[in-house]
Amino acid sequence: MHLLSILGRRVLQILATVLLVAVLVFTLMHMLPGDPAEAILGDRGTTEAIARLHHELGLDRPIPVQFWEFLERIATLDLGESVTMRIPVTQLIADRLPNTLLLTAMAAILALLTAVPLAFLAALREGGWADAIIRGFSQLSLSMPVFYIGLILLITLAAGLRWFPVGGIGNSFMQDLYYLFLPALTLALSLSAILLRNLRSSLIEVLHAEFVGFATAKGLRRRVVLGRHVLRNASISAVTLLGLHVGSLVGGAVITETVFGIPGVGRLMVDSIFSRDYAVVQGLTMVLCVLVSVVFLAVDAFQALLDPRIST
Amino acid sequence: MTDAVAAARPVVRAVGVQPQSRRIGSGLLAGAAVLLALLACAVVPSLIAPYPPDAFDYRALLQPPSLTHPFGTDNFGRDVLSRTIWAARIDLQIAIFGTLFPAVFGTLMGALIGYTGGLADTLFRRLVDLLITIPFLVLVISIVAVLGPGLLNMYIAVSAVSWVFYARLMRAEIIAQKRRDYAEAGRAMGYGSSRIICRHLLPNAITPSIIYWMTDMALVILLGSSLGYLGLGAQPPTAEWGVLIADGRNFMTTAWWMSIFPGLAIVLAGIGFSLLGDGIAILLRRRT
Repeated sequence: MHLLSILGRRVLQILATVLLVAVLVFTLMHMLPGDPAEAILGDRGTTEAIARLHHELGLDRPIPVQFWEFLERIATLDLGESVTMRIPVTQLIADRLPNTLLLTAMAAILALLTAVPLAFLAALREGGWADAIIRGFSQLSLSMPVFYIGLILLITLAAGLRWFPVGGIGNSFMQDLYYLFLPALTLALSLSAILLRNLRSSLIEVLHAEFVGFATAKGLRRRVVLGRHVLRNASISAVTLLGLHVGSLVGGAVITETVFGIPGVGRLMVDSIFSRDYAVVQGLTMVLCVLVSVVFLAVDAFQALLDPRIST
Repeated sequence: MTDAVAAARPVVRAVGVQPQSRRIGSGLLAGAAVLLALLACAVVPSLIAPYPPDAFDYRALLQPPSLTHPFGTDNFGRDVLSRTIWAARIDLQIAIFGTLFPAVFGTLMGALIGYTGGLADTLFRRLVDLLITIPFLVLVISIVAVLGPGLLNMYIAVSAVSWVFYARLMRAEIIAQKRRDYAEAGRAMGYGSSRIICRHLLPNAITPSIIYWMTDMALVILLGSSLGYLGLGAQPPTAEWGVLIADGRNFMTTAWWMSIFPGLAIVLAGIGFSLLGDGIAILLRRRT
């Protein structure tokens, strides 16, 4: 009941996000310098042809009507057609999205796998040298742009030691995992630094909490206390944090895909900007924003399931 | 009189926590030193850099680091060290212009929204709820896509979004402060809202915003260099750290120094701002 009300509110919020992004995208579209019809027709743009295309594109109707039609098209998943590639934007995105999803999922898993144990180690040895090294590492990767981390890994592990391919994507799922490992590690390192920093302080707080002291006083073994009490609390905050940062993960994917030449939606976005394929850029902005809000919804649900205290 | 009390207080406290305060000071000093060095590079690059940033030397293409070229040379024979030093000018400019408007406008808006509350506050909270679900970089990239690549458009895109983060911080802080007795006293004295906000609440509520400003400068350098790398920020041949790294992209296997050294400058700037931010945070918290 209570979970349903949270989810219901989140679904409303996703709809609101879609509306806000639609307003933004629509406004940006109208701020574009020049006339889209002229841009599409180019040299063939006679006055009549431009007028006819204006009518076809609906550009001669009032702005609110245009906005309503824009919303209608979004609702039916019609994001227009790519000017350069002549295929529907929806299909273009659907082709590339799996690569991006696989990349971000791998990165999220790698980030959790590195951040949680390291945060544990740092929190248990608070103030010790292990803590100092781990904090130094997280400070260092926080100060590095994603593309720089990617280049260093490329130069050392791919070009230098030849352990990994320098870019691209494989032909099968297993090959994809291998090709995407280095890009995923790149993304994971910068995310893991943020997770590490926050998890460490929340773990220290949990370790000093009364229920941990009580569990120890009750005579529970250290391993049980850490596993059952501390880890459970820490995993809630880890997943919540991961959810909060999924937006920066998606942003990082745009850059990582460009560095490693991965045919995902991020690289598609950058390429479309340079080829002035605005329909693709707008479509991608919509899709990525909706995806991130769906992840927020999932995180809320997960949190409510794991932590019975959440009541708002 | 209150000024005298305020001035006397930190001195008294500092005596009590001297061993700690000396350690904290070192972080602050290190951060300030790093940033001052970068600032010097930005202000007088011609005095520091051994070569002009755009001096071609076709007899020294893609030279590895040596005594004459400590960071090596690029594919046009330009000195990478000199270009990295000159790039500090653009990147520090990004740090300032990319955060100035959001910091000032966001802080003022946050103060106003927090103080007045009501409908404006409700609307603002909804806006924040929505904005945190939108990937920041994707939003900035799609704004730059429309406005066109370049530094100015990047500032506009960043400012349009990131003022909200300052406003959110300030709003929360003002709401906490306005319930305190001294604010009540101000109202009882019959002072106007603007006087209470600017003279009484702001000085007490500004600390988190200042600390965030330091973090934000590091973040905006990362963002600016990322956009530069993608070709959406500063445009070549302008020397900007992200652009320099992108220049080296095609020479990754043969001339690693073209990308690695400019990247170190970004890391250095990031650590500098971070140390300074932490140092200021501790300093300001101790004072209040």
